[in-house]
Amino acid sequence: MFRRLPDPTGTIAFDFEGTTFEACEGDSVAAALLANGVLGFRTTPASGAPRGPWCLIGNCHECLVEIDGEPNRQACMVEARAGMQVRRQHGARVIPR
Amino acid sequence: MHGDGYDVVVIGAGLVGGAVAYGLARAGQRVAVLDEEDATYRASRGNFGLVWVQGKGVGRPEYALWSRASSERWFELSEALTENGGLAPNYTRPGGVIAALSEEELSALDSMLAGLKRAVGNAGYEYEILDAARVRELLPACGPEVVGGAYSPYDGHANPLKLMRGLHASLAGLGADYLAGARVDAIRPLDGGGFDLRTERGTITGGKVVIAAGHGSKALGAMVGLDVPVHPEHGQIVVTERTAPWLGHPTLGIRQTDEGSMLFGASHEDRGFDTSVLARTSRDIAHRAVRVFPGLASLRVVRTWGALRVMTPDGFPIYAQSRAHPGAFVFTCHSGVTLAANHALEASRWVIDGEIPEGMACFAPDRFDVPQAA
Repeated sequence: MFRRLPDPTGTIAFDFEGTTFEACEGDSVAAALLANGVLGFRTTPASGAPRGPWCLIGNCHECLVEIDGEPNRQACMVEARAGMQVRRQHGARVIPR
Repeated sequence: MHGDGYDVVVIGAGLVGGAVAYGLARAGQRVAVLDEEDATYRASRGNFGLVWVQGKGVGRPEYALWSRASSERWFELSEALTENGGLAPNYTRPGGVIAALSEEELSALDSMLAGLKRAVGNAGYEYEILDAARVRELLPACGPEVVGGAYSPYDGHANPLKLMRGLHASLAGLGADYLAGARVDAIRPLDGGGFDLRTERGTITGGKVVIAAGHGSKALGAMVGLDVPVHPEHGQIVVTERTAPWLGHPTLGIRQTDEGSMLFGASHEDRGFDTSVLARTSRDIAHRAVRVFPGLASLRVVRTWGALRVMTPDGFPIYAQSRAHPGAFVFTCHSGVTLAANHALEASRWVIDGEIPEGMACFAPDRFDVPQAA
């Protein structure tokens, strides 16, 4: 669905749900996942329907993922780093007791 | 638009005007609702969403009972809006808690609620003072600083934006005319009754007029001999990311919405007509919230906003009909969500009847005329 523009930067590797993905340096997590063909980033708390990035500028909160164990991160606002562990956000996050 | 004029023209399309207009339209009245612009100081975009009774009416027991009656009527309002507007405002009434962070706060709650119970007398007033263990039964998320609290079965909450949209959808469905960009510049009482309203969209005629224009009500009231001493009081709200259900009861100042967000609020500041958000106010609000429920500290804040309550000198509503120009009413309050059910299902009838009941006379603005004691 998405195709990269020619990009001179180097690549990094990160983990998404147990699979190793490549991203360009400077990619947001959202851009990196989209470039790897991932469209469903999370499921909604209300109906469980899949959701993916919409605004890509930090407003819509549709691109929530879990990054390095931290839930509800906005994938479009976080830069992808080597070795990052990214998972889908399933439903609402839970507040630890 | 009705060429021969409306039964009632409601000036103000926020929660107060919208609710009164909805009640009128439901009763078969031909209604126009006049609104200003998006940039207007509208309190109805900033509500916290509590339908709250506990502690209200100190010094004015009629207000305690009026608030409680609305929390009862809210069930009917919620159903009616769902039917007329196709949108449920998600009203629930699990009972509300005020958390106390010190023994002083707890005993102040106790004496306030005991005083209200005495003041309303036979009408009855249920509440429970909670000790440290009991408050944790209701709200296991309480932190170590919470020494107790107070619980009222009359308190609940709703989604104020869905209430607003539901009122407007229902008004449209019932055939009421909504006119945006129709700021009223003059109200002219007509010989033989009725009013001509000069607006930016031309002159609109109504048999009766309801002024429910929030901060605009002061100037509009003066046009028909009504004294409406309202002033802006700044309130600020902090909203976090959504989480799984965590708070089973709304509290005064902290609640979890039907959609999972946490709202912190209840600041009161005099800043004139300034709706901006101050970081220090957000900090203070969030600081108290985290003392009550420490788990909130792990949440990200996603939004803050400020809005201006429409306050009267004593904090109670103003309900009045003009003596000089009968048929002209003013309705204003700062609890547009709590009182929405009263306004829709009860106050709208006063307009149709042409009379505000004797029992509500204490909310007329002549209460402010009493000379100050020397």
